[in-house]
Amino acid sequence: MQVLNRRKMIQVNGALFFLLIISIIGCSMLGPVAVDFSQAFKNFFSPDPNTEILLRTRLPRVLLGIAIGGGMAACGVVLQALLRNPLACPQMLGVSGGASLGGILGLIFFPHWLLPVAGGLLGEISWVPLTAFLGALLSMVLIYRFSLFHGRLHPYHLLLCGVIFNSFIAAVIMFLNSIVDFYQAQGLLFWLMGSLSTRAYFTVAFIWAYIIFGFLWLWAKGLSLNLITLGEEAAMQLGVETGALQRQAFVASSLMIGAMVSVSGMIGFVGLMIPHVMRLIVGSDHRLLLPASFLAGGIFLAWSDTLARILLAPAELPVGIITAFFGAPFFLFLLYREGRKTPAL
Amino acid sequence: MSTAVQTDKLAFAYKDKGVLDGVSLSVEKGEMLGILGPNGSGKTTLLKILSGVLTAKGEVKINGKTIRSYGRRELSRLFAVVPQESQVSFPYTVAEIVLMGRASHHNPLAFEGERDREVARRSMELTGIMSLSNRYLHELSGGEKQRVIIARALAQEPEILLLDEPSAFLDLKHQVQILELLRRLNRERQLTIIAALHDLNLAALFFPRLVMLGDGRIYHDGTPKDVLTEETIEEVYGIRVRVEPDGPTPRLFIRASV
Repeated sequence: MQVLNRRKMIQVNGALFFLLIISIIGCSMLGPVAVDFSQAFKNFFSPDPNTEILLRTRLPRVLLGIAIGGGMAACGVVLQALLRNPLACPQMLGVSGGASLGGILGLIFFPHWLLPVAGGLLGEISWVPLTAFLGALLSMVLIYRFSLFHGRLHPYHLLLCGVIFNSFIAAVIMFLNSIVDFYQAQGLLFWLMGSLSTRAYFTVAFIWAYIIFGFLWLWAKGLSLNLITLGEEAAMQLGVETGALQRQAFVASSLMIGAMVSVSGMIGFVGLMIPHVMRLIVGSDHRLLLPASFLAGGIFLAWSDTLARILLAPAELPVGIITAFFGAPFFLFLLYREGRKTPAL
Repeated sequence: MSTAVQTDKLAFAYKDKGVLDGVSLSVEKGEMLGILGPNGSGKTTLLKILSGVLTAKGEVKINGKTIRSYGRRELSRLFAVVPQESQVSFPYTVAEIVLMGRASHHNPLAFEGERDREVARRSMELTGIMSLSNRYLHELSGGEKQRVIIARALAQEPEILLLDEPSAFLDLKHQVQILELLRRLNRERQLTIIAALHDLNLAALFFPRLVMLGDGRIYHDGTPKDVLTEETIEEVYGIRVRVEPDGPTPRLFIRASV
């Protein structure tokens, strides 16, 4: 009888964690400019180009990539279980649309406002992530309201609400895009494509705080997530308070997605692809699938972003292009394989 | 003997369509009870009310305490449910599915312990699915799948087993196998069994007590001989049958024209 045990848990997550550390170092080293690792740390407190590039430019970006990649993958796992739909992904939840619209409004109305953090000591951040996060929160409340009946979030309502809400928001964004001037429109498009570039550790810390809390919360529900994939009734009869689980998981993943989209825009495919890959490798038990997907998603996005930085250096590609280039063919392959497995009628 | 489940004037309606209306039923510990009735007579609804999935007007008492005083986790250690059919949207192995029956017994933040695995193993041996333990559920046949679900229910170590037409989609041999297993569990482990059933002949053969539901209430409650009479069946099912005794059990013969 092969089932999940502590040993498998430690082996899989340990191996992935090791790869993650390698990726942090590797991705920080790679770039259009060569940097000297030892110099960067030696001159930590004095001005040095090595320190500037490695620790103030690349490292925060790699750390942000890991948080976003991991968070997207973890949310993908949770939404697929919650909606009992293998095609569910973070982009589907209307929260991402709300965050996009909030970000766009921020870009239009306060394009140059900067908010100093802790009196400027921790750097300055733009208003855009704040308006985006506000958009995410508002849309979360709205979708929650429209999907909650008799204390339970109906999966179909949740899915349809999200899809319809996102299409509506897309129309609003297109409308805004067509009434602003050319340069602003260019800026909006660029923001929508998503990017991990950041120089503020404050932003990185903000994201990591949401991701860590959200992830731990969801991970603690791993066993219940296993059970809810059997259907709500079966889960109830096996001891799960399904209504509470649905509400909590929705709010936790919405907050994570809202925070992620606010900072980095919409980076697709990580949240859809990684859960499937990891399910093939480690199985469907969410107690292992969640942390493994988190680590794998972080690794995947860190390397995708590194590719985006160096492929056309010194120019930069939007990282969403890289994830889509890997993600879309992979997903078609997966569907094809599934289709071949089902026997002919 | 003491009472395992007692209901008092249960009433339930989906929207404004009444399904149950005044069902009062008492089941002793260690009993094996079959619930009969035509489609839409409320068999499934009654089982869902007993397992706490639906809340009805009236009172349900389990071991003398109202069902409202139990939490979900507690309830799932008292009741295990075997539905007609189970859907699994993600690839789980048979062993994983059976171990899910232990969810309400161990710490939700920890893994299944040695005892959990032992209980799961015994349930799988009892239902004869040990050799399937590493197969995926969606690869199995209907009969195998249903035995996996029964093994999961047994892994819950329940006091009461609820089954909703557990053999509705199975062929004759598998139907009999499952019902024989239930009878063995009832006799050897004094497991209380309440099952909604479709096949009146099989019900008569395996269940010492039958309850006939019709129009949302209990029409008859008693031994197969008392319940399965030509008059009752014509009244409840609206079909004329011939009933003949076969030893102690009545046998039904359906007449060609309805």
